[in-house]
Amino acid sequence: MSDDRNMADDRNMADDQNMAIASSADVVGVRRLVRSVALEVGLSLVDQTKIVTAASELARNALVYAGGGDVRVETVRNGARRGLKLTVSDDGPGIPDIDQALSDGWTTGTGLGLGLGGSRRLVDEFDLASAPGKGTTVTVTKWAR
Amino acid sequence: MQRVPVLKLGDVLIVSIQVDLEDQSVLALQEDLAEAVVAHGAKGVIIDITAVEIVDSFIGRMLATIASMCGMLDAQTVVVGMRPAVAITLVELGLSLNGVRTALNLEKGVALLDHLRSAAS
Repeated sequence: MSDDRNMADDRNMADDQNMAIASSADVVGVRRLVRSVALEVGLSLVDQTKIVTAASELARNALVYAGGGDVRVETVRNGARRGLKLTVSDDGPGIPDIDQALSDGWTTGTGLGLGLGGSRRLVDEFDLASAPGKGTTVTVTKWAR
Repeated sequence: MQRVPVLKLGDVLIVSIQVDLEDQSVLALQEDLAEAVVAHGAKGVIIDITAVEIVDSFIGRMLATIASMCGMLDAQTVVVGMRPAVAITLVELGLSLNGVRTALNLEKGVALLDHLRSAAS
């Protein structure tokens, strides 16, 4: 499952920021961190809102399904275009059927089943790597227009 | 966790969310509102989200849950002040908040509650 078109090659490592997700307060912290980087790379207000919302969904997923995880926020560049790349990873049980997990309304938890599929619609690039027992890593990118 | 205060004005309860909503705050708000509706015999609930920068699927579901919960307790709920970027994001996320009444601002929300009440009587 990959929408990644490998545009995010030239990254500025100095801007990487990492955060652990261990509580619902951390989910709020992830939103703040992503908002500040989104602002910095020049995303429009609507695009900031979209990437922060996607970040909130993905961070909560890691917390609910894996008991926590890690977030990395990077600024990326493609020519003159800047973007924000977000990686949310966990060491949880992993996802046996990724296509099913991405379909709206499917959930093993108590949520609405919109987190993964919804997040994918809110970003420009979406990549999900997961296998049972191997954890889950979701990488998304939003580009400034 | 920060609790969101519930204010009473006549038989309307007003909740203005001014904090970054943590999931626990959202759950606490549901319970606080249900209790306040019954305790005050409130007929209307207005939730002001003017200051809310994002509504994700959890917060959106909370708004829908509060609306149906208050409906069961004989109170109408109106969500006011949604930011345009939040509306765009919610629709793209796949959450249309069906069943949740909205108004552009607090004033229009109060007018909508008045209208609903006079239509019902």
